[in-house]
Amino acid sequence: MSDEKITIEVDGRELEASPGQMLIDVTDEADIYIPRFCYHRKLSVAANCRMCLVQVENTPKPLPACATPVAPGMKVQTRNEYAIEAQKATMEFLLINHPLDCPICDQGGECELQDIAMGFGRDISRFNEGKRVVKARDMGPLVSADMTRCIHCTRCIRFGQEIAGIQELGTIGRGDRVEIGTYIERSVDHELSGNIIDLCPVGALNNKPYRMSARAWEMEQRSTIAPHDCLGSNMYAHVLRGTLKRVVPKDNDAINETWLSDRDRFSYEGIYSDDRLDQPLVREDGRLQLASWETALRKVAEGLSALVQKEGADAVGAWVSPSATVEEAYLAGRLLRHLGSGNIDHRLRRRDFRGQESEALMPTLGMPVAEVEALQNILVIGSNLRREVPLLAHRVRKAAEAGAGVSFINATDYEYLFRVANSIVNPAADFVAVLAATVEAAGGSIGFELENRQQVEEIHRNVVESLKLGRAGIFLGHMAQRHPAYARILQLAGQLAELTGATLGIISEGANAAGVAYAGALPHRGPAGSEVTTAGSDLGQMLASSIPGIVMLGVEPEFDCVDGVAALNALADAEFVVAMSPWLSSSATEYADVVLPIGTFAETSGTYINVEGTWQSFAGVARPVAEARPGWKVLRVLGNLLDVPGFNYVSSEEVRDELRSLPYRATDATQTELEAAAAVSVKASELDVPMYSVDALVRRASSLQQTQDSVPEWRKTA
Amino acid sequence: MSSLQNFIKTFALWELLLGLRLTLKNLFVKKFTIRYPEERTPQSPRFRGLHALRRYPNGEERCIACKMCEAVCPALAITIDSEERDDGTRRTTRYDIDLFKCIYCGFCEEACPVDAIVETRIFEYHMEEQGQNIMTKDKLLAIGEKYDAMIAADKAADAEYR
Repeated sequence: MSDEKITIEVDGRELEASPGQMLIDVTDEADIYIPRFCYHRKLSVAANCRMCLVQVENTPKPLPACATPVAPGMKVQTRNEYAIEAQKATMEFLLINHPLDCPICDQGGECELQDIAMGFGRDISRFNEGKRVVKARDMGPLVSADMTRCIHCTRCIRFGQEIAGIQELGTIGRGDRVEIGTYIERSVDHELSGNIIDLCPVGALNNKPYRMSARAWEMEQRSTIAPHDCLGSNMYAHVLRGTLKRVVPKDNDAINETWLSDRDRFSYEGIYSDDRLDQPLVREDGRLQLASWETALRKVAEGLSALVQKEGADAVGAWVSPSATVEEAYLAGRLLRHLGSGNIDHRLRRRDFRGQESEALMPTLGMPVAEVEALQNILVIGSNLRREVPLLAHRVRKAAEAGAGVSFINATDYEYLFRVANSIVNPAADFVAVLAATVEAAGGSIGFELENRQQVEEIHRNVVESLKLGRAGIFLGHMAQRHPAYARILQLAGQLAELTGATLGIISEGANAAGVAYAGALPHRGPAGSEVTTAGSDLGQMLASSIPGIVMLGVEPEFDCVDGVAALNALADAEFVVAMSPWLSSSATEYADVVLPIGTFAETSGTYINVEGTWQSFAGVARPVAEARPGWKVLRVLGNLLDVPGFNYVSSEEVRDELRSLPYRATDATQTELEAAAAVSVKASELDVPMYSVDALVRRASSLQQTQDSVPEWRKTA
Repeated sequence: MSSLQNFIKTFALWELLLGLRLTLKNLFVKKFTIRYPEERTPQSPRFRGLHALRRYPNGEERCIACKMCEAVCPALAITIDSEERDDGTRRTTRYDIDLFKCIYCGFCEEACPVDAIVETRIFEYHMEEQGQNIMTKDKLLAIGEKYDAMIAADKAADAEYR
């Protein structure tokens, strides 16, 4: 679109517009309200609800503002008698078949139809004939469907076609027999399908887990950050009397636009799961007994200092969840280093820790998230992108739709829902070989011995050629990071990026891998990348050498660690295990000596650093369940009991500001020589984690667990 | 002059006689006090006393947990929790009215789309212990059942003015 502007007149006001812009966009910018149902700024124009009819001078009939491009000198009336009459007539037709069940409809109070009916509806219906009833349909565990309420705006259908990339809903029939449904009896399964709840202007598609449990007007709306993927989607928590009732997206065009993934939307259910801890537990006489916070914290302090005295500082280690807040990770790191130990790690699913010294301080995309959709070429290595970071996959899809060439190096040919330029599907064990061939196709030499070399083929050259064109990005997914030869993959991807001029980015695991790494929950680096006096053991070494004292922050080792069995064995061998977790898992009753109930993301204030490096702080939104306390407060008191100097923080903001004020030390990016490792054998099924099993919260979200996506990919195809 | 008049009036107990005249007059006027509780004043069918939750003739509770009464209540006396019942209908799991907060304005009754919450004619009730001021859903439904005929008659009597 050119920069030239034209002038139109709306309701007597002169407005500037770009040629080709739709009238409704111009009036929205100027804060002139035109009622609408089917128009949505992120979707294509359908113009089928006819609610936005306005009068345009010299036209025989009223025109829909959403589908009328502006023309120079156009004179528009949105509020005169003619326009209002047209809008009221449309409203009357829309209300013919809409049931009057607002009192039992969850949309009541936040319903666009209800609001517009207040402004444009007649008070008494002239319609005496029978109303239409559409049979209720089961659309799966996340979205409830009361299709009698549907006004056929087709927003949900356009969402499927344009945003999700798979049309799960469509219309059947015509005239007043039009029905929107899934054609055949099936559920809506796309990982973004929850967004049709927000799109639906009436109560036809609604939030099923939240169904009938609260009203829109009685809840408080508080901003927070999504706790499951590295994007850090902005969202609103709706809280009723201290209890989190539902989650809706908060517009942020830089990160999540207006969307929210189902995982972020529905995971809150896990907060109130049955195994939520009410009170600290302390092991006495071989059994976990209820205890006061004071007793439990004292027991932890005594236990840890006794271990350090008896067996040396190295006897203590900490496992931190990559979804912990920056503050929690920073305090945990400081606490442990005060005890003299450097055994702290958050890379729970990593298999290969070689070359960690030369890794970037924070795993980031290397570009803002919004820029991904402007890339001309993208190479994704080892990632089930849609399942790992659904909204980043949406950005990649947007890029692909705009003509970008998206290539994948994966173990399985996943359903990406867009046109893939080059898909290199190889067994997971051969990732290094494929990358090596690609590097060689780019004219580089890999510089190490490789057993299963691959010939450079046409497809490798194609990938390289595409990466050289325009702005390109190479992204390493979760499966690449879990790979037993990750160091090699990272090295080769870096080499490829250098040879082709592409940007290398890492799609990190958990909500806050970047933040937790920055806060110093790493064995080889302190906060803000500072040097550590004694490098500690990484998680792999900790599991192998079974250290006697283990503190876990938000970790369920049997599911969160790369080798659950080894982790449980290490915990069983340990003398003293402290589990800080909102829930009491059945295995924790076996291994834990003290269990401290901490708050989930909704009950603590904190900060997440997302994959583009943005610091996003949030306040606690819900009241902590029973005796649970925010993790940073627990760690602070623990620090006081252990006499850590300068540990008198009064707020999480104070902790964050202290971390931010630390001098940043860039890492030494020169590649250290990797010691050769034995040939790897790994199956894709070992690398993939089902999207609704990634962390303790989402594993407890009962509705998500009933979805198709709770089943691992490899088991679905089997 | 006036001081002399006052002097005489004081000793003649004039003011007292004036007062007694009113007393004497009222001795012959028709009494309007009643012997409560044996006698009672008439009540309007719109009387706003103790609350009740009604049921349909088939026994199904009327309340659909739309929370309009909770929203309209100026004293914030009503607290409702709702859920989807197994048969798919919207129902309350908790319906509490705090009688200490309630100002008996009748807005809840006005707001109710299904005539579930009503204020009955009952005005004689008491609490002996703390906590009894909270009318729970069970208590409210029990009142509704017990006085069903009366509530129905009152509603019918008032219907033509609505």
